[in-house]
Order: sequence, then structure tokens, then C-alpha cells
Amino acid sequence: MNRHIISLLMENEAGALSNVSALFSARGYNIESLCVAPTDDPSLSRMTLVTTCSESVFEQITKQLNKLIDVVKLMDLSEGDHIEREMMLIKIRAEKEMREEIKRLAEIFRGKIIDVSDNSYVIEMTGDSDKLDAFVHVIPEDHVIEVVRTGVSGIARGVKSLTL
Amino acid sequence: MELSGAEIVVQALKDEGVETIFGYPGGSVLHIYDALFQQDDVKHVLVRHEQGATHAADGYARSTGKPGVVLVTSGPGATNAITGIATAHLDSIPMVVLTGQVPSALIGTDAFQEVDTTGISRPCSKHTFLVKRVEDLAEIMRKAFYIATTGRPGPVVVDIPKDITDPNIKIPYEYPRNLKMRSYSPVKKGHLGQIKKAVDLIYKAKRPIIYSGGGVVIDNASGSLVDLVKELGIPVTSTLMGLGAYPASDPQFLGMLGMHGNYEANMAMHEADVLIAIGARFDDRVTGHIAHFCPQAKIIHIDIDPSSISKNVSVDIPIVGSVKDVLNDILRIIREGDRKIEDDGLTSWWERIEAWRGLGCLRYEQSDEVIKPQFAIETLHKVTGGDLYLTSDVGQHQMFAAQFYKFDKPRRWINSGGLGTMGFGLPAAMGVQMAHPGKPVACVTGEASILMCIQELATCKQHGLPLKIMLMNNGYMGMVRQWQEMFYEGRYSHSYVDALPDFVELTKSFGHVGMRVTKPSDLEAAMQEAFDRKDELVFMDIVIDPTENVYPMIEAGKGHHEMAMSPASKQGGQQ
Ligand SMILES: Cc1cc2nc3c(=O)[nH]c(=O)nc-3n(C[C@H](O)[C@H](O)[C@H](O)COP(=O)(O)OP(=O)(O)OC[C@H]3O[C@@H](n4cnc5c(N)ncnc54)[C@H](O)[C@@H]3O)c2cc1C
Ligand SMILES: Cc1ncc(C[n+]2csc(CCOP(=O)(O)OP(=O)(O)O)c2C)c(N)n1
Ligand SMILES: [Mg+2]
Repeated sequence: MNRHIISLLMENEAGALSNVSALFSARGYNIESLCVAPTDDPSLSRMTLVTTCSESVFEQITKQLNKLIDVVKLMDLSEGDHIEREMMLIKIRAEKEMREEIKRLAEIFRGKIIDVSDNSYVIEMTGDSDKLDAFVHVIPEDHVIEVVRTGVSGIARGVKSLTL
Repeated sequence: MELSGAEIVVQALKDEGVETIFGYPGGSVLHIYDALFQQDDVKHVLVRHEQGATHAADGYARSTGKPGVVLVTSGPGATNAITGIATAHLDSIPMVVLTGQVPSALIGTDAFQEVDTTGISRPCSKHTFLVKRVEDLAEIMRKAFYIATTGRPGPVVVDIPKDITDPNIKIPYEYPRNLKMRSYSPVKKGHLGQIKKAVDLIYKAKRPIIYSGGGVVIDNASGSLVDLVKELGIPVTSTLMGLGAYPASDPQFLGMLGMHGNYEANMAMHEADVLIAIGARFDDRVTGHIAHFCPQAKIIHIDIDPSSISKNVSVDIPIVGSVKDVLNDILRIIREGDRKIEDDGLTSWWERIEAWRGLGCLRYEQSDEVIKPQFAIETLHKVTGGDLYLTSDVGQHQMFAAQFYKFDKPRRWINSGGLGTMGFGLPAAMGVQMAHPGKPVACVTGEASILMCIQELATCKQHGLPLKIMLMNNGYMGMVRQWQEMFYEGRYSHSYVDALPDFVELTKSFGHVGMRVTKPSDLEAAMQEAFDRKDELVFMDIVIDPTENVYPMIEAGKGHHEMAMSPASKQGGQQ
């Protein structure tokens, strides 16, 4: 079982996103995260998908995705050097002596406090998924009020690119 | 030219060269029906149930290679069509299904006769469109036909909200003939390097076999297949879907393979050292237990759909491309060279195959008292001289027809293989007959299957379709009964088809000719009479042996070399 990050360009058409998600459920493929938005070319959307599966299943996943009529191009980012990032917004209970402690932890992880109330912070943080997981783990569980993550998006290193 | 959306639908059909469509009206498609009424180029066949429309369009497509076209209303019209869409999808049949939808402004409000048609059809079609603006309609129609008919064909659904077809809104019309889609461009030519590797492997083979499938029929590539088989002098077997692509009467043909395939075909698969799979998709009915599948063979797989390759069985030399293009490239390379497959090897390979063939795996016990289904199909072949379009329903009768009607031409055997849809046979035959007026068209069916779409007898009356319906009446869901006999110790749970109608009287009430045959000695003359009635639909209720089973058979979990044989084959009975 390997973790794969698939990056794909698809027509920005109604139904295109459901075609992808329906494919995963219909064929029983695992999907860990899915992140989608229009690109600089408004007729195209870019999707980043994370899945963990065997190599033979992964081969089928890419073939089946390519077979979708709306999919223009796809690439397995995890095949080469790449950068992956995810953003997290996390709301943490921050009272009394914990206010300083949480601020310090956020700084270590290069998070930004973007909202402050008498007894809470909202922290914005980007990084790869492991880093975000690590941060969530260092915060005492009963202090975490809410976690919002975007899912992974990624890009290849160097000149290699997924464009038309 | 300024046209309304409804007129654009009809004009696009004309621009696609569509002559016949199958449909059923309702509120959301009334504008389109009105536009149809005002022209004579596109003929509309009114069915009696939307499932019938889809199967008829499917039969039309299978027998011609042209896309079948369906027009149904929203809600229940669309849901009734789903079974037929799924049937076409699993067998890769080109079809365009136009469904009405509630007006755009009402979508999502649980409006009258609203269902999420694109949502329901998405998992069982090649692609779906929801038309959002009348300005997009012509291009979407062109895309639908293009997608349905190219690459690996399949059904495409176009969902059209009622306001899009408003007769009062007219826009300039031009049909986009030269459509290009950046996201869809199926390859036809195979990779030459891979093809050369395949040829090298074929020359090294000592025990080669060709496993040919529905892709050969779909690509109209029979000629190339026959040339290759003749050039190489090697055996060929076919899936249920490929029957007819290679003439069954030729001695190099080993018959069908798979669960109810011929012993010699399955044994040859098991012993082969090189397997050449052509337009076939390694279905579980064909492979048997995957762990036992072709244990000694290197596998070459030619298929237009990359996702068919190494899906169930991993292959050694994949070639993505159309059957015809790839086979022609292989033939060219072979003809340019002067190599031959080692004769010694081939001779002993054929000797082994002939020994397997000698077992007579299709032997059955003939009877003077009761009509055997195998005998009925053999008689059908005799009476029609093998020149017939034969559709089938699903069950034992389907397998007997596949085994005993020796198809020599492609597009003559029309059946639902992938989905196995009971109810397919009669409406599919209507589509075939519409496409081939004046040609003999028959449907072999069971008493359970035929009742699933029996209402279409009225369509046949209205449109004067002189089908010959061969009901193999065993009083059971025979295929189910066989499994219950073999695997459930004879507990025939709900497989007895009780309270059957009198099919002869039923047929007559639809205005057709009904006949019943019970004696083997009467069968040939009765069939002859049925086919002599060229302008009438004849429904033959053929009462057959209720206990007959389909043999040979690979039981679940077994391999090709572990077939169960019929009692008659074991004893070397009469064939
Ligand atoms: C009761 C019952 C029993 C059955 N028993 C058997 C049995 O014993 N034996 C048997 O064989 N089947 C049997 N079937 C049928 C079985 O379920 C499958 O439908 C069948 O085996 C599939 O045939 P195929 O591999 O030729 O594929 P098809 O479904 O015909 O698929 C065609 C393949 O060709 C490819 N293709 C399409 N167009 C092209 C092109 N232009 N160029 C190249 N490739 C192309 C497609 O991508 C696909 O991979 C049975 C069905 C039923 C209902
Ligand atoms: C719509 C549908 N429902 C159920 C089945 C399962 N099934 C497969 S064969 C069969 C029995 C068919 O009986 P009949 O038409 O009498 O044919 P026979 O096997 O007796 O020749 C059934 C119920 C099916 N294939 N399709
Ligand atoms: Mg029956």
C-alpha cells in the first residue's frame, strides 16, 4: 500500500466533480482527500486527490480517471519530487496560563493567530499533512474546539508541470 | 437557419444521419415530439415501455454498428430507461439517450416528474450531459454522438430541461461537424514497438491461441481476424460477445470459451503458451478462478480501452488501439517477413486440440418424446440455413443458442452478456428488424424472460415487425433451477414459473400468430411454417424438457481444466 497524490486538470463543467467522486465510490477506491478549484484558465479546474492503495489498484485508478470524458490530463505527483501543502484553521481553547503556551507552540510550527477572543484563538497553519497532524497532537485534546483542513494540494518541483 | 431547441434536437438527428429513433412521450419532451410530428426524415417507433425503447435502440446498434437513439420523458420515463442504458454500457454499445427534464427553474425543487437523471445514469453510461443553455444544444448533441461512437463505444445520456426546447425561442443553428475535444481523443493506432514485440512472441509460440471478444465485432474487424488466423494457422476461441466474428463452421474455431464454453476451447486456454486476447475483457465468466487462469501463457492484449488491460489479469504485452488497426499492422509485419510458427510445434498442438474436441462436449441425449432445447436450436439453424439475426433473453436458452447456433457472421448474435438483462430479447429484436426490413429476425427466449417485456408485442403489431419468437418453455427459470439443483441440493426456491399465461392465446390477443409445439417430430415443420409466414409475427411456444441442464460447465471457483461434463458426453452419447 502506497500513498499517492494525483493532480488532475478537468473541464470546469457541471458534473465533472461528481464524475470523479462517483468513480471512487462506485469502484470502491479509497479517497483520503480531494481539493478542487478553478485555475488561471477559467475553463479548467484543478483537482488534487490523495489515495492510499496497492500499485495495481493505483494503475486502475489512473486509467479510470483518464477515461472520464471531462478529465483533460493527470499526473502522479508522488512519482517524482514534489511539494505538498495543506492549510488548516484550528480553533483552540486558550485560557489563563495556556494562552502563552499555545502561542509559543503556534510560533514553533509557524502558525499565525488570526482571531483572538477572551478564551480562544484561531490559528492558521500550512504545511504538509504530517506537520499539521503533529501540531494537532501537541495541543491537549480537550483544548481543541474545531479543526478545518483543506486537503492536500501539490505541485511538482523543477520545470515539470501539469499544464495544457 | 433559426431553430427552436426542439427543432435543433430533430435537426441534429438528421445531421447525424439518424433514420430511426425509439421513444415514448411525456410532458417534458412534448416540444420535441411536436417538432418530430412536423417532419418525415426521422422515423419514431413508439414502444410500450421505456425499457423496450432502450433495448430496441440497442438491438438496432448491435446489428448495424450505428448508434441507437432513444427519446423518453423525465422522471419515470428516464428511470424506466436505466436498465437498457446499463445493458448497453456493459456491452459497449453506442447509444444516445435523450431524456426530458423539468424546466431549468424547477430543477432541485422535487418538481413533478423530477429525478436527477444525470446522477442516476452517471454510473451506468459512458457520459452524461445536462443542457443548461439552448445555445449549447447543437454542440452537446454532436459531442454525444461523437463520444457514443468512438473509442470504446457506450451510451451517452443528454438530459434536456423543457425550457431549452421552447418552440418560441429561436436561435441560429449550425451543426459543429468538426468537433475536437481536448479532454477526449481515443487512440486507434497501436504502438508499433509493442506490436513488433507481440509478433516476435507469436513466432516463438508452440501452443498459441486467440481469445477473441466483442471488440472485434464492435470494430467491424472480422475480416482482419480471419486473415490473421488463416495466416498463422492457429486455433481461435471467442467470448459470448464475440460469436460470429470468426465463422463457427471453420475448423480452426474451437467454439465459445468460459463457464459454458467448449471443453476444447477451455483446455486449449489452460495449456496455451501464448494467449492473444483481442477486444476481450477477461470477464469472470470467461476466466473461471483467476488463480488457475492460463497458468503457462504469456499474454498479448489488444484493447482500445487502457482500463481493460491488466484489470483482472495482468498481461505481458499490452497494445492499446483499435482491433482493426492493430491486427492490420500485425498482418503487415507478418506478410513482410518470411518467418513461420514452427510447424512441428503447431502440429502436435492441433493433435491435442483434436483429442479434446473428440470428447464431444456438447453431446446431449436425444429424445423422441420431449423436445430438447439443444435440438430446438439445431433445428432453428437448419430451417434458417444459418442466415438469421438471432436475439436472446437471459438464461439456459441463451447458452444453448450460443453453443448450438453456429454463427458465421458478426452482428447476427445479439444478446445481453455483461448485465444479463432478462427482457432484452424481444425489444432488441424489434430494433434489429427496424434496421433490417425483410430479413429474418428471431428471438430465443424463456417463459420467465419473455414476460418481462411482453408488452412490446403491441409495438410489433403497430409497426408490422414480423419477428419469430422461439420460446423455450421449460416452466422454470431454468438457469436458476440448474444452480439450485447443483449447489442447493435441489431446493427450488421460487424458480418455478407458476401461473403462466397461455402464450398462444396471449399472442393472438395482440393480433399475431401463435403456435405450440410439444413433439420433437413436429418441430421442424412448425418452424418452417413460422419462417414461411414472412409478413407475420409468429410466436412459437416450444414446450421443452424441463430438466435439461447446460453443459459443459465451469463451476464457481474452478479453472478451465476442471469442467463438469454432461452425462451424455461422459458416456459418448449421440450428438
Ligand atoms: C447467463 C450468462 C452466462 C454467460 N456465460 C458466458 C460464457 O460461458 N462465456 C463467455 O465468454 N461469456 C459468458 N457470458 C458473458 C459474460 O458475462 C461477458 O459479457 C462476456 O464474457 C464479455 O465478453 P468480451 O470479453 O468479449 O467483452 P465485451 O463486453 O464485448 O467488451 C469488449 C472489449 O473490447 C474492447 N473494445 C471495444 N471496442 C474496441 C475497439 N474498437 N478496438 C479494440 N477494443 C475494443 C472493450 O474495451 C472491451 O474490453 C455469460 C453471460 C450470461 C448472462
Ligand atoms: C432482470 C433479471 N432478473 C433476474 C435475473 C437472474 N436470472 C438469470 S437467468 C434467470 C432465469 C431465466 O428463466 P427463463 O427466461 O425461463 O430462461 P431459462 O433459463 O429457463 O431458459 C434469472 C431469474 C436476470 N438475469 N435478469
Ligand atoms: Mg424457463
